[in-house]
Amino acid sequence: MIWLTWRQLRTGTVIVGAAVAALAALLALTGPGVAHDYAAAIAACAEPAGACSAVGRFFDRNQMAWLAVTAIVLVVPPLIGAFWGAPLVSRELEAGTHRLAWTQSVTRTRWLAVKLGLTGLTAVAVAGLCSLAVTWWAGPLDHSGDMARIEPLEFASRGVVPVAYAAFALALGATAGLLIRRPLPAMAVTLALFVTAQIAMPILVRPHLLSPTRSTVAMTEASVDTFAFGPDHALRVSASAAPRGAWVLSSHAVDPSGKRVSPITISAASGPCARPGSPGGPADSPPGVTGPDGDPLVTGCLAELQRLGYRIESTYHRASRFWPFQWYEAGIYTLAALGLAGICFWRIRRVPA
Amino acid sequence: MSAVLRAQELGKSYGRVRALSDCTLDVPAGRVVGLVGPNGAGKTTLLNLAVGLLTPTSGTIEVLGERPAAGPEQLAKVGFVAQGAPTYANLSVEDHLRLGARLNPGWDDAVARDRIGRLGLDLSQRAGKLSGGQRAQLALTLGVAKRPELLILDEPVASLDPLARREFLQDLMEAVAEHGLSVVLSSHLVSDLERVCDYLIVLVASQVQLAGDIETLMATHHRLSGPRRDPARLPDDQRVISASHTDRQSTFLVRTDAPILDPSWTVGQVGLEDLVLAYMGHTTNPPPDRPTERPKLEVQR
Repeated sequence: MIWLTWRQLRTGTVIVGAAVAALAALLALTGPGVAHDYAAAIAACAEPAGACSAVGRFFDRNQMAWLAVTAIVLVVPPLIGAFWGAPLVSRELEAGTHRLAWTQSVTRTRWLAVKLGLTGLTAVAVAGLCSLAVTWWAGPLDHSGDMARIEPLEFASRGVVPVAYAAFALALGATAGLLIRRPLPAMAVTLALFVTAQIAMPILVRPHLLSPTRSTVAMTEASVDTFAFGPDHALRVSASAAPRGAWVLSSHAVDPSGKRVSPITISAASGPCARPGSPGGPADSPPGVTGPDGDPLVTGCLAELQRLGYRIESTYHRASRFWPFQWYEAGIYTLAALGLAGICFWRIRRVPA
Repeated sequence: MSAVLRAQELGKSYGRVRALSDCTLDVPAGRVVGLVGPNGAGKTTLLNLAVGLLTPTSGTIEVLGERPAAGPEQLAKVGFVAQGAPTYANLSVEDHLRLGARLNPGWDDAVARDRIGRLGLDLSQRAGKLSGGQRAQLALTLGVAKRPELLILDEPVASLDPLARREFLQDLMEAVAEHGLSVVLSSHLVSDLERVCDYLIVLVASQVQLAGDIETLMATHHRLSGPRRDPARLPDDQRVISASHTDRQSTFLVRTDAPILDPSWTVGQVGLEDLVLAYMGHTTNPPPDRPTERPKLEVQR
């Protein structure tokens, strides 16, 4: 049975194996260069004149490659689900070859166990290798970009979760194929469900796996990213009270009583927040880039807001929760994969020939 | 020897559609059993139940004394060539032989390779590129080289031309003679089965109409022709299977264990094909007074 499964899996494995090897080789060749660049950028950063723009420039130079490798790790699990999982049983059911396979001297349960097990191991190995190579290669970039490693896009393409995603996608595909019995609809359903799960997870589940940290800080130039007057003369502030590298769930201005306020009602026509020039027109002034002394308008307006008692409240998960979240999520997806495999084993004994 | 296939009030329905109902059979070992019936009569359902691809919705079925597909040992004892002889299109003939060897502990590689060689199949050819006949032969090879006690074939010759049909069946018979298999094969054509079978099951509209040793069936069915007569006036032990009348003449196909003594009849032999056709027609107008008598038929075997 192992032989048959391997024989059926062989072509696909060789192609995927070659692709993974090529990716690994490419990353192995370019990785040291990236790391060296990063070290150089950090060194430049230590110089007082260089500021930290060297690190930013380093990230910008490698941004496309960084996005590409991230995307690879993100698409590997759904592809495994659609192209290995969904046809695993359904292709046999469609072609009628299950009648050949199930009437040899091997029970269907064993047939499925070997097929699912061997394909699963291959899938997990592929996803694991991709994630390992990319996590290693992109390490310096992950530290220098604007995105925190714990934020959804990066979280899903680093560490151990891609392995659990692959196992889940494969089991999902196999289950869909077994229930739908036709490969193409099963592939479509697998993709749709997997993507749904991947979107729902960071929105509905992951934030609540651990209770988020809540903190409130004063409105200062350090905490406020942008603020802008809308056409309705209302002041909208985008700010964060979270430390760098955190996954910010929500961030908003609160009034002295702790109530969420957006927009902040303050006069744009007169007072410290009034714009010079055309009063009432839309203003957009990002602080922090206006020099060490700050834009007098921004500084004044912030001081006024502070005086009125407005603060910034954020809920977030610290960067240090990356690994706890990884293990929790890997556990959840692995359990889901096992549950789906259980459905497959229950169903295979009842599937009509 | 015990029965190779024993079914008791076996039934299978798909939702509300009954594919097989109230099927009671007791097929002895060492026979070549022909399962015949029109398309959609439930032949495939019965055979799939016998190899464990389907599970019954009512009644029981035992094959070689065990529930079909009860475990690897039971599976090893039953060879099966499914309808359309499914094979893995991407795998070569050689791969199929290896598949058979890996998946069957009793695999007889010499038999398999000898058969493939005799059939002139190219080992490196993909099964998807084989003709229908070659594919059927490959599937049969897998079934035979597994060295089962019972070989079940579902419409093995349906896709073959008459010459290939004859060759396939001849070949099957050689394998049967060589390995002492019991065989059950289905067809909707009696002529296919006539040459090879010694036991017949007629399945019509999801019910077993007739089951028995062909010799016995031939000896107990007679064609009676003579002056026109009402079938009700025939002796009690003569069961009318079919009747046709002209103005002055009646022709009956009757089943009886007793000799025909009435001198007014001209007694003729019934061909197997006519017999089967009579039973097939028989169900379309079943005699209202004897609906429950049919299951007794096989007891008389």
